[in-house]
Amino acid sequence: MKTVRVIPCLDVDNGRVVKGINFLELRDAGDPVQLASFYDSEGADELVFLDIAASPQAQETMIDVVRRTAEQVFIPFTVGGGIRNLEDARRILRAGADKVSVNTAAIERPQLVRELAEEFGRQCVVVAVDAKRTKADPRKFEIFSHGGRNATGLDATEWVQEVEGLGAGEILQTSMDRDGTLDGFDIEMLKEIGQECAVPLIASGGVGNLQHLVEGVLEGGADAVLAASIFHFGEHSISEAKHHLKKAGISIRPTP
Amino acid sequence: MTSAPVIAVLDYGIGNLRSAQKALEHLGAKAFLTNQEDLILSADAIVLPGVGSFGRCVTALEDCGLKEITKSAALEASKGGRPFLGICVGLQMLFSGSEETPGLNGLGIFDGNVSLLSNAEKLPQMQWNSLDSKDHAMFRQLSEDSWVYFVHSYAAPIGLYTVATCTYGEEICAAVAQKNLWATQFHPEKSGETGLQVLRNFLRLAGR
Repeated sequence: MKTVRVIPCLDVDNGRVVKGINFLELRDAGDPVQLASFYDSEGADELVFLDIAASPQAQETMIDVVRRTAEQVFIPFTVGGGIRNLEDARRILRAGADKVSVNTAAIERPQLVRELAEEFGRQCVVVAVDAKRTKADPRKFEIFSHGGRNATGLDATEWVQEVEGLGAGEILQTSMDRDGTLDGFDIEMLKEIGQECAVPLIASGGVGNLQHLVEGVLEGGADAVLAASIFHFGEHSISEAKHHLKKAGISIRPTP
Repeated sequence: MTSAPVIAVLDYGIGNLRSAQKALEHLGAKAFLTNQEDLILSADAIVLPGVGSFGRCVTALEDCGLKEITKSAALEASKGGRPFLGICVGLQMLFSGSEETPGLNGLGIFDGNVSLLSNAEKLPQMQWNSLDSKDHAMFRQLSEDSWVYFVHSYAAPIGLYTVATCTYGEEICAAVAQKNLWATQFHPEKSGETGLQVLRNFLRLAGR
């Protein structure tokens, strides 16, 4: 049976969680390690750290965050942002991350996906895709690189099939039209990409309430749902999210 | 337990072995990554992690010159000797071979071939799943339907040695044990508190 994973995403800028909130339980809500540990105790199924600074100096800081997280958090976690080559990935994985996520570097050099899969196994390789509806045809989706700044001309569905063929173990798909809107996932995009995607698909971008998570799974066909704001701002707990999914008939790992 | 058990985590040049070591350290064991025969043979227990493909793991083990010593350690454990824990591909390698890499011999402690999860909707199974476990020391202090984390596309055949299964398109082998030889298809080092309890149970077996 498919069991849907609920994944909070932590944006990290030079060792600090951006959009951090004050959970009463935490002494320092800006500390990614404390927040990761908190989400683990709440029943998060996995975690994603996104290094939004992604400079060489920030990468050192990130490696320290990964090392400290791996000492106390015993659920899978993925690190993305600024991973350009095998060596960057190796350092992140050796520090204790389970998976690395690549985006722009894979667009610039698709063979990187193959190299990562051959070196570390495809279960370690998440390809993140940021896509947007095209102006010419709103049923088509175009891939953007550099954190959504640069249009690439790549068709999202074709790109996902290509990286899957190269060895992507999972696709983390973000709708740029919806990201930050709290209007819910772009269901059509999920369906469009998902129908050709044989590996697990993580939906991201736009979650504003718990029903959106249900829609992503039941209508969009997502295998996992990723959200930031609704968890970080303390609007909903992981446990509430999971109860809501379960009520909708979706299999989830029960929270502690 | 009077002193912390010393655990050799076999380091044979594949992926992320660190998480198994960190989880064991977190539980108070002296766990270290090693490919040195003398250190492996002097440890209280041995852990064989494995990620990626069957072929890649078996070949890496051969290339490090560790295949024979690993095989004899696993065999010894299966007869009640020094405890041995295989994780994920570390479980699969205990079998004769795998459909994933035909023609390459595993360690052959258990008969049978590892095969593709052919009834699965999506591969790999990359998710948490609930166990249907037997009354076995591996699951001491856990409920029969504990949730653990899996990442795999292939699974070992179900046999007398199977101590837990899960359902993913079909009933699949989730853990095996024969005396002090334990192995899990799931990742105890990534299965939160439940996984830590499995590792605690293993450390108990390895306790001085």
